[in-house]
Amino acid sequence: MGFFLETLLGGLMAGMLYSLVALGFVLIFKASGVFNFAQGAMVLFGALAMARFAEWIPGWTGIESKLVANVAAFMVAGAIMFAVAWLVERLVLRHLVNQEAATLLMATLGIAYFLEGVGQTLFGSNIYKIDIGMPKDPVIAFDQVFEGGILINKEDLIAALIAAALVALLTVFFQKTSTGRALRAVADDHQAAQSIGIPLSRIWVIVWCVAGIVALVAGMIWGSKLGVQFSLTTVALRALPVLILGGLTSVPGAIIGGLIIGVGEKLSEVYIGPLVGGGIEIWFAYVLALGFLLIRPQGLFGEKIIDRV
Amino acid sequence: MLYRENGQFKTSYRADQQIFPIQQDRIFIGLLLAVAFVVVPGLASDYLFRAILIPFLIMALAALGVNILVGYCGQISLGSGAFMAVGAYGAYNFFVRIPGMPLVPAILLGGLCATAFGILFGLPSLRVKGLYLAVATLAAQFFSDWMFLRVKWLLNDSPSGSVGVTNLQVLGWPIDSAASRYWFCLVFLVVMALLAKNLVRSAIGREWMAIRDMDVAAAVIGIRPMYAKLSAFAVSSFVVGVAGALWAFVYLGTWEPAAFSVDLSFRLLFMVIIGGLGSIMGAFFGAAFIVVLPIVLNQVLPLLASLVGVEFSTTAVSHAELMIFGALIVWFLAVEPHGLARLWSTGKQKLRLWPFPH
Repeated sequence: MGFFLETLLGGLMAGMLYSLVALGFVLIFKASGVFNFAQGAMVLFGALAMARFAEWIPGWTGIESKLVANVAAFMVAGAIMFAVAWLVERLVLRHLVNQEAATLLMATLGIAYFLEGVGQTLFGSNIYKIDIGMPKDPVIAFDQVFEGGILINKEDLIAALIAAALVALLTVFFQKTSTGRALRAVADDHQAAQSIGIPLSRIWVIVWCVAGIVALVAGMIWGSKLGVQFSLTTVALRALPVLILGGLTSVPGAIIGGLIIGVGEKLSEVYIGPLVGGGIEIWFAYVLALGFLLIRPQGLFGEKIIDRV
Repeated sequence: MLYRENGQFKTSYRADQQIFPIQQDRIFIGLLLAVAFVVVPGLASDYLFRAILIPFLIMALAALGVNILVGYCGQISLGSGAFMAVGAYGAYNFFVRIPGMPLVPAILLGGLCATAFGILFGLPSLRVKGLYLAVATLAAQFFSDWMFLRVKWLLNDSPSGSVGVTNLQVLGWPIDSAASRYWFCLVFLVVMALLAKNLVRSAIGREWMAIRDMDVAAAVIGIRPMYAKLSAFAVSSFVVGVAGALWAFVYLGTWEPAAFSVDLSFRLLFMVIIGGLGSIMGAFFGAAFIVVLPIVLNQVLPLLASLVGVEFSTTAVSHAELMIFGALIVWFLAVEPHGLARLWSTGKQKLRLWPFPH
């Protein structure tokens, strides 16, 4: 029982991180109907910038404090993500208005390749460390209730808390601010939003900026766990089943989908994996999501798709 | 002047329905085939065969298959690499497990394995559409990545995880020199392209296109979506599977699952988009573009850098390749969303009137 709960908890915390990556996808899809395959590249790009600037800034300015260096690096990386968002709108999206969804998807694949190339040219292609002072040692909880207690990885716990805080912040941003309302208006109907004077291009820049910041935070957390390297882009591929499970247009869907996928992945690896040779995590998540899709083709929280001739 | 079709009257339905109704097209295709079969093998060097021509032929075949599914039936697939893998490993198993198995039937049986796999993973397409399906097809990709890494039986219990074939021959003719490999792939490509071209002109091809353009409307006028979608998955994955078997047998020789990774799926999709969705010709253009581009960049970039006096390392080249690749894709999509095939048909249209503009 203790072991089961431990696995469950681990799954939930990993799931929180998946939702964080999936959230970036959902934001962009909601506001522009673009399925952003570049989210993985953005995670890598943000993490690379963060890791390198945290290393460079103390060298340039002579600041000793790790905290200051990290905060400064985060600011610089955030500014870079803003620049990326602006450029993407300027150079790509603006020229592809009214194209089919498949074309836009391909364009984001192009952006992904480009960002991977630029990121590694600017920041190097080795493995870098992000050290934001996360505690590595696990703690034991509930040791009176279960025999041996439950091992909780502190690092995962903090990461999950950061992710949860970010999600809460985004929800407030979407619900309470006027920009958030404008974003939701654009998501509902591009034309109607434009006709009441909401500038579409600015909304796109904002939403890509937000997605960039989400990617940066995701990259920071994953990077401090696994190190910043090229394989970080595959994290995005692992977040995709979360997306189709939760529904492409739903923020709560991304979170709950993330939790389900995180738990499903861990439980399947531990309990089914040994029977078939292990390493089934990645496709099991997809098959799980597919199973859900067969019951609800729009995902758990997606908008109902109505076809009219 | 040269490309003028007035005076070419069709007096029977047969004449009206042939693949190339314009005489100049027939002559051009005939010349092209003659060049491909006779002239090229005489002139090409070993390097040219191995680095460009053979990959081009096989990738064109794969792009043809992907185009049937994505371009003609509108089912976006990111799992084409998986279908290639299934074709390759299927053919491998038939080839090494059955004593005296001839090469060509083994490859075709590999294609049939891919068909079964394609139908299985095409089943969600009956419920799920568009971008959801695109993500769902990734399930096929990751499943095959896992399967050919972990299920040792499929690898003929090879301990290293990589498998290989040797001693290829057709009816006693060995396929070992570069030119014979080229001919072998070329025959497959020409036959399959001809079949595909005819298939998309037939009733079933029209059903696919109706489903692509508007599936609800197509269902209303009596096209069965299930039959149309699954047949597109079946035909497409057969062609892609055969291409996969050729890629493994003829081009790689020895391979492991990483040869058919998700990156290959993306590349196949690029070929189809850059070449032109819903066009047989486009598959050839797209494949040529994607195969040749990295090689050209590899040659040109260090040369340009040395002109300016900068040293260009191999990692820098690979990063620059990624960047240029990405930028080109975006540029293409913005400038010519219908791909190179559209440029080709525009060119033909202009030729009809040449030298007069109207």
